[in-house]
Amino acid sequence: MATTRRRTSSSRSTRRPEAIPPGSAHVAEPLDLRGALRDMTLIRLFEQEAERQYKRARIGGYCHLAIGQEAANVGVARGLQPQDKLLSSYRSHGFALARGTAPTGAMAELFGREDGVAVGRGGSMHLLDPEHGYFGGWGIVAGQLPIATGMALAGVKQGENLAVLCELGDGAINMGAWHESLNLAAIWNLPIVFAVFNNGYGMGTTVDQASAEPELYKRAAAFRMHGERVDGQDVEAVYEATARLMTRAREERKPAVLEVMTYRLRGHSVADAGTAYRTKEEIAEWADKRDPIALVTERLVADGITTEELDAITAETQALVDEAVAFAEASPMPDVSTLADFVYGDPNTAEQFSRMAPGSPAGEEQLLAQLVA
Amino acid sequence: MAAEAVPAIETMTYREALRLAMREELERDPSVFLMGEEIGVFQGSYKVTGDLFEQFGPERVMETPISEEGFVGAAVGAAMSGLRPVVEIMTLNFIVVAMDQVVNHAAKVRYMFGNKVGCPMVIRTPNGAGNQLTAQHSQSFEGWFANVPGLKVVAPATPSDARGLLKAAIRDDDPVLVIENLQLYKAKGEVDTSVDGAVEIGKAKVVREGTDISLVGHSFAVTRALHVAEKLQADHGISAEVVDLRSLRPLDMETVAASVSKTNRALCVEEGWASYGVTAEIASRISLACFDDLDAPVGRVGMAEVPMPYAKSLEDAALPHEDKILAAALEVCGA
Repeated sequence: MATTRRRTSSSRSTRRPEAIPPGSAHVAEPLDLRGALRDMTLIRLFEQEAERQYKRARIGGYCHLAIGQEAANVGVARGLQPQDKLLSSYRSHGFALARGTAPTGAMAELFGREDGVAVGRGGSMHLLDPEHGYFGGWGIVAGQLPIATGMALAGVKQGENLAVLCELGDGAINMGAWHESLNLAAIWNLPIVFAVFNNGYGMGTTVDQASAEPELYKRAAAFRMHGERVDGQDVEAVYEATARLMTRAREERKPAVLEVMTYRLRGHSVADAGTAYRTKEEIAEWADKRDPIALVTERLVADGITTEELDAITAETQALVDEAVAFAEASPMPDVSTLADFVYGDPNTAEQFSRMAPGSPAGEEQLLAQLVA
Repeated sequence: MAAEAVPAIETMTYREALRLAMREELERDPSVFLMGEEIGVFQGSYKVTGDLFEQFGPERVMETPISEEGFVGAAVGAAMSGLRPVVEIMTLNFIVVAMDQVVNHAAKVRYMFGNKVGCPMVIRTPNGAGNQLTAQHSQSFEGWFANVPGLKVVAPATPSDARGLLKAAIRDDDPVLVIENLQLYKAKGEVDTSVDGAVEIGKAKVVREGTDISLVGHSFAVTRALHVAEKLQADHGISAEVVDLRSLRPLDMETVAASVSKTNRALCVEEGWASYGVTAEIASRISLACFDDLDAPVGRVGMAEVPMPYAKSLEDAALPHEDKILAAALEVCGA
């Protein structure tokens, strides 16, 4: 290999922001609307059940619900290919379910049980399902962005035909990790789509208050990256945009920003009533006119779906949620003897830590004993 | 190869030993790749990666912008995807801007996600002071990371250990910080290149036998302790044993306790601030493990509790120089 400097003037210096007309290329297969309604209904019913169980103190910690954002969750998830990878913020339940995670394992995790998807280590914020390409629920705002960027990098290095979709909330866009991740994705031409779920509020702070450029998709331009905005209550629109941008990312190694305009009908978490920073009228407006499940149902009715068919979807998904609760209730709490399991995974860890016991503070010896056992 | 390996003892610098380890691991395992600022064409800010870019090219030796949070996090994602990234942070001081990715992410991945995914990555970065680099470029706070379950922290003091611990770190399935040292980069030592030479993580080493006091340290403090041990012997007739911790997490307290049980006195030394530091941890554990054996309270030496100043006179006054270690050792010995 030549030792001369490889940093000759590159095309990068003349790169211009791209404009791609929607639908001009990468036309996706039409969305299976009934399947989408089924997934959205499952998320709605699961979240309503989680809210009930949280208020009964059977779910602890924080519990951030996706109620009102189901079209965004399902539209994004259905826009992915099976080999694609998905990462998200801590509002994770809807993503796991949309990607195909069994409601049983998800609910058991919320209950903090042994059969939970994270074996009772993660809880509501940290659902994941690598087998279905969902790499978590991350709890630090914007922390998942550099990691998703690295997964896209790994996909390229490993020669895999995949792209990564990294969801983040509107609040995450003002973090340094946003800037660093988009810059790396752009200079390394990585197959990644950053999906900004703009639900209007980062906790109780409006997007206008937090971002000097409140049209968030425009901030992609700083990286000469394509950005666009989509109606997040319209599952077909979210699906179409996601599928198109993911295909482009996969086939042309072009990253993009997709701003998904949505609304959470609940508070930031179950502990937040969600009314201190917005009016009841505003919430009612979205609930009455922009509920994504009502919107997709209207479309299906116009297409001729019958009441019986709609009822069957509700019955099937409610049964899944009921089964999930029963499963979670029956699953045992993780045994305390497993407390130190999974801190490390290297097979030599026990040997590495085996000489640490002399003089260890009270309580640590038991942990060491577990590692060595 | 069936033939017995013939020892091939080569004298090389600490930085050459690190480079050798990376070269050997890049050749051995295609999933290993390097990331960092100026590690390619520039050959590394401290010339540790050297000619590796020339040998392996930009895919395996990946230059990054100045973007520590971004590329450390990217390494976490790559590690979760089955690769083994080896990240260079130009100096330990700069890791603070990536602290979120190291502590909140890399250290948590396996546990928080119920062992469904792991994070086999290495961060290598030098600590150290002594070149008038002042407050923002002279720190040794590796103890912060040794505080965190989920991370492992090693700190080689010799070229042989630099090669061996870095190789072990790259092969480990969990995130490992390899703390290098600015003063040690040019230090020379013998490395047996005929053997693989990986050094088991979590094993301290008695690098000088003695009977009267145990000097316990890691990284460059071991070099200082060895010089002090010679002076103690020559000028005071005190026989000092020197224990090189080599690994901070996990910590080999068996070796430390065995040494102190023999010498009955201990002085813990580090380059960084002693308050809440590595020496605080070691001294506490010695006090618990060897209470009945101790003839004197455990002593500690670190740098002065100030941000590092620029003026040479002040920098010298702040550093844990050998005269300070010697005085502290004499005090522990009641001499």
